[in-house]
Amino acid sequence: MSKIKGKVFVLGDNIDTDQIISAHHLVYSLDKPEERIFYGRFCLSGVPDEQSGLPQGNIPFTDPDKFESEFTIVVAGKNFGCGSSREHAPFSMQIAGAQAVVSPTYARIFYRNAVDGGFLIPYESLEDLTENFSTHDEVEIDGVEDTITNLTTGKTYPLKPLGDVADIVNAGGIFEFAKKAGMM
Amino acid sequence: MTLTEKILAKASGKTNLDAGDNAWVDVDILMTHDVCGPPTIGIFKKHFGKDAKVWDKDKVVIIPDHYIFTADKYANRNIDILRDFVEEQDLPHYYDVGTSRYKGVCHVAMPEEGFTRPGNVLFGTDSHTCTAGAFGQFATGIGNTDAGFIMGTGKLWVKVPETMKFIFEGEIPPYIMAKDLILQIIGDIGVDGATYRAMEFAGDGVMAMDMEGRMTLTNMVIEAGGKNGIVEPDQVTFDYVQKRTDYNFEALYNDDNAKYHSVRRYKSSELVPMVAKPHSPDNKATVREVEGTKLTRAYIGSCTGGKMTDFIAAAKVLKGQELKLETFIVPATTLIREELKTETYDGETLWNIFEGLGCHMGEASCAACLGGPSDTFGRLNHEEICISTTNRNFPGRMGSKKAQVYLASPYTVAASAITGKITDPREYLPVEAAV
Ligand code: SF4
Repeated sequence: MSKIKGKVFVLGDNIDTDQIISAHHLVYSLDKPEERIFYGRFCLSGVPDEQSGLPQGNIPFTDPDKFESEFTIVVAGKNFGCGSSREHAPFSMQIAGAQAVVSPTYARIFYRNAVDGGFLIPYESLEDLTENFSTHDEVEIDGVEDTITNLTTGKTYPLKPLGDVADIVNAGGIFEFAKKAGMM
Repeated sequence: MTLTEKILAKASGKTNLDAGDNAWVDVDILMTHDVCGPPTIGIFKKHFGKDAKVWDKDKVVIIPDHYIFTADKYANRNIDILRDFVEEQDLPHYYDVGTSRYKGVCHVAMPEEGFTRPGNVLFGTDSHTCTAGAFGQFATGIGNTDAGFIMGTGKLWVKVPETMKFIFEGEIPPYIMAKDLILQIIGDIGVDGATYRAMEFAGDGVMAMDMEGRMTLTNMVIEAGGKNGIVEPDQVTFDYVQKRTDYNFEALYNDDNAKYHSVRRYKSSELVPMVAKPHSPDNKATVREVEGTKLTRAYIGSCTGGKMTDFIAAAKVLKGQELKLETFIVPATTLIREELKTETYDGETLWNIFEGLGCHMGEASCAACLGGPSDTFGRLNHEEICISTTNRNFPGRMGSKKAQVYLASPYTVAASAITGKITDPREYLPVEAAV
């Protein structure tokens, strides 16, 4: 896990799991390839239109006729992933093609699901960075230096080191981590 | 150690654990339901093999409750997956839809069936698993990957949370319900005010509550970002649990020198009826501040607001009145639905009181609490403005993104159903409760 580069999608505070993947979409099978792609299509479709893709708004994370998003990194306000325990939330982001989220704070179940399932990396920023990014900016996360750079503006911001969970992120999820720890 | 630290220490075979430590803990019960059960089973099989057996049949509880009374074919397929798994694994604790064993909402069915026990560690694939902390145990929601891991190993890696303590001093006024307390707290600390932490509820105001009231408090800790909610067990807890199981539990308590993240004190006598305005559980207001706000629907149900005491409270307010709002009654479990037909208030069964007023009477399930398929009972399909005893009012939570949801106690919801506007319940409570 060294560098992640791509377009950024910007969101506000308290993006809950119903907004990430609305409850009525949870009926698709995650095991069947022809059904799971719908999680990519509907990922983040529950966000109110004017708050989807800030600062402009009205930008869908995934185009309604596509299954994958053009965005690789999500930068959001505080308390990202609050609400239900549905693992479909980080999973849908992975299916859509996102590789990392950056937020000052996470709801803990989302954070844990993202890490333990090895879906995407939830980086914590030291402060709310949403003002410094516009949806569609080119962005790079450096997982060694723990920084995020807005390549469009040329500015770099520090991220918190992953700390305790780095071992699980590096292992690729809780199963791989547990195998290394001799727990299974 | 705090109560939470002590339970986790015991479950990990350690004499001491402090907040911030990580440990592998032994799991007493793993609970799952129809939405997260199938993917959990998929993950379990992927990692432990097609013929793998769960670590302990007696410790796995499966309660379908979310998408039950719907024609949606995918939702019904979920139930089939559960059935196949239960049969293949020969699991004793399964509560199948369409049979006399069907229960309804898992977090209320769990205590009814004796699966919530002091000192235990409970994980569930649902964020409101924290409800069980009311019984003096560690209980929290997890995702499918963690649940799949537990299914195979009976263990989970956890980080020990710091504890925030909330003390209610003095007798709770009769027009105040547990829902008012927790909406007050969430409004005070915010939807991320307890992120990564335990929330403990204490004080004579809390300890005077019955188990259902305590469950309303612990149910909503997740709405403040909390990892678990907890109440020290006492005789009320023991009486409830021992009536339902002969499981031999060991009750644990806070040490006198326990270290807390913070302690907040409330004077019970100063509490007033509260609401959370759209679209966030921390968007607090007193009922008086928003009194008169026009509504189109009232909803009494869910794991936090569809328990027996919630309906008794609503009946007290509604008896002898007429309704201005379309009102939905959704008992959390089949047992509660039956009890509505036998429990009386002022000489009439609760069922007859509600039905006589024209309420829509639902089957036991999560129903519209989380929206669900479009034919779900009580779902907000348009621009409804609903006052509800449920626990979440995020955009689109109960159906349409255009709908608005106010969260409130059963007293307040019932009083508002009478007038069609947000209404302080004190005006409609029988004299002895309204003082
Ligand atoms: S009643 Fe609502 S909050 Fe409770 S388990 Fe069901 S969907 Fe979740």
